[in-house]
Amino acid sequence: MASKPTVKWGFNLAILFCDIFSPIQSLLSNRHFQRDPMLKKRDDFEDVLEERRNSSDLRYALRCYTPVLYKGVPPCKSSMLKSMVLQSDQLHYVISQVSKETGRKTDEVQEEASAILDEMAHCQQLSTVRFFAFTLSKVFKSLFRSICVNEEGIQRLQQAIQEHPVVLLPSHRSYMDFLLMSYLLYTYDLTLPVIAAGMDFMGMKFVGEMLRMSGAFFIRRSFGGDKLYWAVFSEYVKTMLKNGFAPVEFFLEGTRSRTSKSLTPKLGLLNIAMDPFLKGEVFDVSVVPVSISYERILEETLYARELLGIPKPKESTSGLFKARKVLSEDYGSIHVYFGQPVSVRSLAEGRVNRRQFNLVPRHIPGKPGEDIHSFVNDSAYKLVRAQEENMVLKPWVLLASLLLQNQAAGPKEGLPLDELTAQAVWLRDLSRQYGAFLHWPDQMTPSEVVSSSLSLHRGLVRICEGKVQLAPEDPHSAATPEEKLLNQAVIVLSCASYRNQALHVFLRPALLASAIHTEVFNSFSFLRNMFSNEFILCPGATVQDFEEASYLLVKTGAVQVSQQEVVVTEGGHRTLAFLIAMLDPFLQGYQVVCRFLCEEATETLTEKQFIPAVRKFIIKHLLAGGLRYAEVLSSDLQKNSLAAFLRLGAVQKIKGYVGFDHLECLVGPPSRAQNTTL
Amino acid sequence: MASNSSGGGSDRQRIAQQRLRIIAGHLRRPVDVDSTILAAECKAQDSKTDVSSEGKTVPRRRQEIMKWNGWGYSDTKFLFNKKGQAEFTGKRYKLSGMIMPALKDWLEDTFGTNLQHKSPATPILTSSAVQPPTLNEAFVEELKSTGIPFSHDAEDRVFRAHGHCLHEIFALREGKVGRVPDLVVWPNCHNDVVRIVELACKHNVCLIPYGGGTSVSSGLECPPEETRSIVSLDTSQMSRILWIDEKNLTAHMEAGIVGQDLERLLNESGYCTGHEPDSMEFSSLGGWVATRASGMKKNIYGNIEDLVIRVKMVTPQGVIEKSCLGPRMSTGPDIHHFIMGSEGTLGVVTEVTMKIRPMPEYQKYGSVVFPNFEQGVACLREVAKQRCAPASIRLMDNEQFKFGHALKPQVSSMFTSFLDGLKTFYITKFKGFDPNCLCVATLLFEGHREKVLQHEKQVYDIAAQFGGLAAGEDNGQRGYMLTFVIAYLRDLGMDYYVIGESFETSVPWDRVLDICRNVKLRIIQECKDKGVQFQPLASCRATQTYDSGACVYFYFAFNYRGLSDPVHVFEEVEHAAREEILANGGSLSHHHGVGKLRKEWMREAVSNVGMGMLKSVKDYVDPNNIFGNRNLL
Repeated sequence: MASKPTVKWGFNLAILFCDIFSPIQSLLSNRHFQRDPMLKKRDDFEDVLEERRNSSDLRYALRCYTPVLYKGVPPCKSSMLKSMVLQSDQLHYVISQVSKETGRKTDEVQEEASAILDEMAHCQQLSTVRFFAFTLSKVFKSLFRSICVNEEGIQRLQQAIQEHPVVLLPSHRSYMDFLLMSYLLYTYDLTLPVIAAGMDFMGMKFVGEMLRMSGAFFIRRSFGGDKLYWAVFSEYVKTMLKNGFAPVEFFLEGTRSRTSKSLTPKLGLLNIAMDPFLKGEVFDVSVVPVSISYERILEETLYARELLGIPKPKESTSGLFKARKVLSEDYGSIHVYFGQPVSVRSLAEGRVNRRQFNLVPRHIPGKPGEDIHSFVNDSAYKLVRAQEENMVLKPWVLLASLLLQNQAAGPKEGLPLDELTAQAVWLRDLSRQYGAFLHWPDQMTPSEVVSSSLSLHRGLVRICEGKVQLAPEDPHSAATPEEKLLNQAVIVLSCASYRNQALHVFLRPALLASAIHTEVFNSFSFLRNMFSNEFILCPGATVQDFEEASYLLVKTGAVQVSQQEVVVTEGGHRTLAFLIAMLDPFLQGYQVVCRFLCEEATETLTEKQFIPAVRKFIIKHLLAGGLRYAEVLSSDLQKNSLAAFLRLGAVQKIKGYVGFDHLECLVGPPSRAQNTTL
Repeated sequence: MASNSSGGGSDRQRIAQQRLRIIAGHLRRPVDVDSTILAAECKAQDSKTDVSSEGKTVPRRRQEIMKWNGWGYSDTKFLFNKKGQAEFTGKRYKLSGMIMPALKDWLEDTFGTNLQHKSPATPILTSSAVQPPTLNEAFVEELKSTGIPFSHDAEDRVFRAHGHCLHEIFALREGKVGRVPDLVVWPNCHNDVVRIVELACKHNVCLIPYGGGTSVSSGLECPPEETRSIVSLDTSQMSRILWIDEKNLTAHMEAGIVGQDLERLLNESGYCTGHEPDSMEFSSLGGWVATRASGMKKNIYGNIEDLVIRVKMVTPQGVIEKSCLGPRMSTGPDIHHFIMGSEGTLGVVTEVTMKIRPMPEYQKYGSVVFPNFEQGVACLREVAKQRCAPASIRLMDNEQFKFGHALKPQVSSMFTSFLDGLKTFYITKFKGFDPNCLCVATLLFEGHREKVLQHEKQVYDIAAQFGGLAAGEDNGQRGYMLTFVIAYLRDLGMDYYVIGESFETSVPWDRVLDICRNVKLRIIQECKDKGVQFQPLASCRATQTYDSGACVYFYFAFNYRGLSDPVHVFEEVEHAAREEILANGGSLSHHHGVGKLRKEWMREAVSNVGMGMLKSVKDYVDPNNIFGNRNLL
């Protein structure tokens, strides 16, 4: 029963947060406990390509490979692994259950399970790995200037592999990620991981098999209610993990982030990976977050087009060959940071009562309880945060932020180069104070740094009469204003994906900055809550985030905190303006989606129709000039805002339709946002 | 067997000692004088049916034969002789008087100990360390009039203020004494106990029953918050077998009798109970009932709950007992189950009727070597599944196997040493067992000779399916002997900065391996986190098999040099280990009981309602908390 949209102007939702409101002073009183993010210790990097450029790739690919093993357990042959899975109690149980439910013979179900396993299982072969080691060396050398790895992280990983089963959790920004991971582990003589990969790769006949032989195993994207599939899959992963045959690698974010923002973590695989610990089958599991940052993402404009609604090409081998032209381009450097291994045991300490698993035989699958779910969820957020924190930021990330803000500020003809340089230096210092892992080459002068960054990204920027502007490659090819707009949007979204890499550094202070002229804490938590589908904000950490934000702003002298008030200092306006502008596109985006829902949505709006409809609405407003940010065309933002509205109860989903209950929240953000004209 | 050896050669010595004791008693203790007369009176009532009361092991003054700050007999201990070799003194055990050449190296390698670094115990108890007794004068007056012997001598009181937890012994070795009973009383029979309990109720005195003093649950510790006078009720003098019924194969005993006396005396009539807890030299029948004890040979004879036919317990509300000796009853919840495991919180067990069996015709030890612990557990599980477990079957892990080896006495002949070498060669080189992985199961078969041999073959056949190799009777026998000397060994360790403890649990079969691994690793990790400078010993064994699970025993010890508060660290690690046990599906206790040491987990172990049930029983039976040791609840 989708009720008709009604609009109430008010702050009702903000009331939700009143119960956690407390005077600012008391919130900030324990701020000295806050660790200064500038003091974060980070390892140094080594370039692995350097040696590849100086010695034979063939010898490297054929060298003796003797990784250290978990408790000396040798890797298990894939055939043996399969039979272990098929003979497991858990699978037996589910097979007989399925056979009872469907009336099929057990043998038949057993065969189906076996077929699922064949479709899924990896069959890692050293020869294939060596082949990849050779070809990837060639490819990497031509694509990248360097691949930098923190070797201390590698040493920690090596230690962890010997002690406990290991789960590797790399960030996911590119197809390159998991090839790169295996390549690095091979390079450092570590046990090669088995990698959970999406089924879409299987479509690429030959490549799929190659990946399988290099250690990938394939899972269907969705298998909702398929009990048998889930049982085979989870038992397969657990068997590898429990026996410690090899590190298990998967992507917490579930898919490649098209926006370079970290995605809300998916819990399925993490649940499976933690299960052996929770059920006492292993003493501990080490989880290692890995942050992979690309100076230039291979898929950069591809992603932008996808976000704008131009569907991604299906993975195919021929498509891969077409992508060969990328080989001739310069993609800068890659930084891979292996984070501190996190012990699942210590995460669970005091959080989880493991005794709950003692009363039912462990092979009987059960839905994890509320406490387990929230534990896994919190852990997942922590791990994604760990990925974010160790993500190396290049100077270009700062430049992209500045250029986007400048463009949004008005129809100027770009930013003078020297002004851009000066602003970049300012932002460099600010971001360092905020604890950003910035890789700014200090041996070069700022203007050298800026110009080399700009030249690497010449597809996105143009220098015209000493002014830097974002520009499409070929501005004249567009015929209609709409096409022109979309072309511009491709550039903006590409740029935004770089700016987004720095978002996690500024996010919390930016939320506070946007809330500062209202009831600070209430508005802060309202905004934080609203954006929790958009950014990685750990559930239940509102107070902590607020403290962190105020700490940073106070530390950098941008604000002063008095009795009950947060006051912006004289010198703080610049910082605050920057922070607010950082968040503004998102605020505007959410508001425009809101407006769309109020003005245009009918009772029969389906989820499928939502994106095209809202896109049309936004294009209309952009062309009319009422809306400044082309980046709100991003389907990612649109989906996230809808999800947020659903979560906040402003919108209801009824049998596939999206309906509206009450819309007070939509226009209920703090006054600053309200004053902005749409 | 230890019991056999102590029962054999030292008879004359013991009788002599007892005489000395009596004479000494006459000389020193005026209170005792009238008591002996009255006690004789009491004894006279039962004297017609009294099977035997001679040859008592435990005197009133325990200090005459036992250590006040360590385990067991004063004449028996491990030490390093002048040559630096480990030696076991005394004559009581098979190992007594022997030299164990490998023990020194094992200690050094396992714990990083050094014979130069000693941590000796305070040699004697200074009476000034003991608080003067708080006596309830009216109670003492009336007690005097009953003629039941009592004492408020410092040594007597200190002796009854502790069990054998690490922290208790550690404190004693440092000469530290906490709250101790204010009075010790030795009833001589059931009626004495009835009188004492009546007086205690009348004068509001706190009673703590004391049997063998082998508690490892802080069960005997006096609650420091107790303001009333505390009286320790020592049952050791109530140690007679009152009758044996050969038609029904039952025997009726006073509850103070200790395990070794019970078996020895029954053996004289050709019977046994077959209940042999590792502490049987010192622990008492009443203590077994009060803690739900378990014996090594429970596979044939059963645990205490299977053996008990009838129990008499004196409570503040009166005496609780069943009205007949029927083998099974359906009369509501079994009242025995309020008594068994009550840990002295409800009353004193005074008399027990118990099943007996004819002594086994034949006994045979055995052992099996497995390539690893996993295989060993799989074998035990199969044995349990086929319900063919021998009287005892125990599986030691690799650490304990090595430990057992360290206690091998010096071999006298070249031939034995050659044979040993050959065996080792066969197992490690020929069969390819990794000496750092292999583990040993020790076996004890009992019964008719032919059946034993048949049974033996069945078990060895199963073992072979799991890669087990028969490893001889010697290894088996040594394994069982170890359980009797290991407590002495802890005292040796404590002389050299090593502290340790054992603790137990029971767990379903599918969790045995997981719990063993996780608890051992948890101990190691906790020690590291808590700043222990040396690698700890964390070892385990599966000591009992059941249809649906096993009893697992852990040993844990470490070198505490460099720690400012070793006992605190120790307790934290032990606490963490128990948390780990519970997290892995283990029980709070299989047979040690809860006491005060494990009380904090009791509610979760039995649920709120369960706790309420137990509390309401306590409230009814003992509303004034006369039995105020504060165990369990």
